[in-house]
Amino acid sequence: MILINRETRVLVQGITGREGQFHTRQMLEYGTKVVAGVTPGKGGSEVLGLPVYDTVKEAVAHHAIDASIIFVPAPAAADAALEAAHAGIPLIVLITEGIPTLDMVKAVEEIKALGSRLIGGNCPGIISAEESKIGIMPGHVFKRGKVGLISRSGTLTYEAAAALSQAGLGTTTTVGIGGDPVIGTTFKDLLPLFNQDPETEAVVLIGEIGGSDEEEAAAWIKENMKKPVVGFIGGRSAPKGKRMGHAGAIIMGNVGTPESKLKAFAEAGIPVADTIDEIVDLVKKALG
Amino acid sequence: MNLHEYQAKEILARYGVPVPPGKVAYTPDEAKRIAEELGKRVVIKAQVHVGGRGKAGGVKLADTPQEAYEKAQAILGMNIKGLTVKKVLVAEAVDIAKEYYAGLILDRAQKRVVLMLSKEGGVDIEEVAAERPEAIHKFWIDPHKGFRAFEAREMVKQAGLEGNLNKLAQVLVALYQAYEGVDASIAEINPLVVTTEGQIVAADAKIVLDDNALFRHPELMELREIEAEHPLEVEASNYGFAYVKLQGNIGIIGNGAGLVMYTLDLVNRVGGKPANFLDIGGGAKAEVVYNALKVVLKDPDVKGVFINIFGGITRADEVAKGVIRALEEGLLTKPVVMRVAGTAEEEAKKLLEGKPIYMYPTSLEAAKAIVAMVGGAA
Repeated sequence: MILINRETRVLVQGITGREGQFHTRQMLEYGTKVVAGVTPGKGGSEVLGLPVYDTVKEAVAHHAIDASIIFVPAPAAADAALEAAHAGIPLIVLITEGIPTLDMVKAVEEIKALGSRLIGGNCPGIISAEESKIGIMPGHVFKRGKVGLISRSGTLTYEAAAALSQAGLGTTTTVGIGGDPVIGTTFKDLLPLFNQDPETEAVVLIGEIGGSDEEEAAAWIKENMKKPVVGFIGGRSAPKGKRMGHAGAIIMGNVGTPESKLKAFAEAGIPVADTIDEIVDLVKKALG
Repeated sequence: MNLHEYQAKEILARYGVPVPPGKVAYTPDEAKRIAEELGKRVVIKAQVHVGGRGKAGGVKLADTPQEAYEKAQAILGMNIKGLTVKKVLVAEAVDIAKEYYAGLILDRAQKRVVLMLSKEGGVDIEEVAAERPEAIHKFWIDPHKGFRAFEAREMVKQAGLEGNLNKLAQVLVALYQAYEGVDASIAEINPLVVTTEGQIVAADAKIVLDDNALFRHPELMELREIEAEHPLEVEASNYGFAYVKLQGNIGIIGNGAGLVMYTLDLVNRVGGKPANFLDIGGGAKAEVVYNALKVVLKDPDVKGVFINIFGGITRADEVAKGVIRALEEGLLTKPVVMRVAGTAEEEAKKLLEGKPIYMYPTSLEAAKAIVAMVGGAA
């Protein structure tokens, strides 16, 4: 497991909103240690028996907090992430979709300088199977096992996790890094953690068109990775210049093409699955 | 969101970038009047949201107002890559001594905005980047400090631009201020011209806005041209769907951008051609699915539909209810193939039992089935 486990104490920013409440209940049911919430202006109230504070600063004054998950609407989301980082929360999971890119450019740099790790935005979050879920994924499809999963997609990740679970391989930690052009954590930031994690025996990397994170990850894997990695690229048939749902899933000029990513994977010796079921086959094969 | 050249120039001018005087004309008469007002040689430029208009004949010089009338007449109504030219920019022609390139774009890998500057302007910068990357000089802007005049001067020197150093630097600083001010994702001046008189002007400009930030700029949102977009894309966006019109004949509906992309890939792999990308998003209720089917089936190209659902937060039975409603209202005039898995999968299958919907256990089998039904790519 990486990043989170059953001991991780979680704050929910935007806990009083519809999404915030719904997913807080889901996380509690999964066993996540949610300890408090924040909604500016709603301090002093309670949601699902949890205390709500006006500011993150107040929340950390009353509780030991290891991670924060953010359900704040897009116009205020980057600010919420900065608030968490300034309050010293080491792990920040930003779920919100549709955040202005320049807000993220500023926030990502500042959060990094403050020493916090930001996952997302526009991401499904993190789940350490059968321990803790800081995210919005359906918990029941993640069975505890030996595969680490990193993905730019949501639903496709659940598919892959379900397939790995059904095949008896299971997952350790799954991280949805998000579908936006600028995200806090990319594939290559997480690979070293999986490399060190004794429980993780193989890593599945679900990439998609747009940007060059897959290429950078492939270069890192080639030099450093001690465990087998299986790749997948979504959007291989997508036309150039069209944004395919995710703001980041767009081929601009010669950047972000599936050819470039497949080539990088091939050069790093990473087998690439054409279908979700093939991911399972390739992982099995890699593990012998 | 793409802006027209004249809109981009209006924005740049507001931030202090010199642009050649000019106005937009919708008729040849207006073009003539603008040319008279300018009293000089003018250039008539098609304003369409597509690249390569010069090569397509959408840019012409005119020496007299009468000639401006004729050239505008030739360009207005012209079809450039499927788009009809409805307006032209009539602007003072510039006497070019040097043509440079200046552009700002998000560098996703560096997570910063990068300024690209080159002596080789007036041409397709992507070609320059591919053939001679050393001709493009880059500077990654600190988002908290902004782009300072001294940095701009250093860039001008480094790239070897000739002309008034301070003025060139001012243009670059103003370009960044505009980029940040309107929340652009691309802002480009190509060419940035040094005229024979030594003036510096943006002879052509391009701005693409960050859709996610449009809420901050209601005045720019008004520039959106509905008629320039595909009518189904407009309708889908009114329902809040991420929808992209594609060239094939198989309608695709799924939950989650990644899954929909994967579904398109699968259909392609087995020899079919998707007609669209449509993501119903997370946690969709029956009505959302019903609306999605409405949009997809409105497309005359669609000969069959493939609905691919992995229930997570989205419940498969809700999806089934939406499909059944469409069925009962007689909406499903084309074959519908479905694959559902995950949350409430069994309930969904029970609801759809005996209904004329083709169910398949895997995405791949469903893809093969729909391709077999509608036939392969035309």
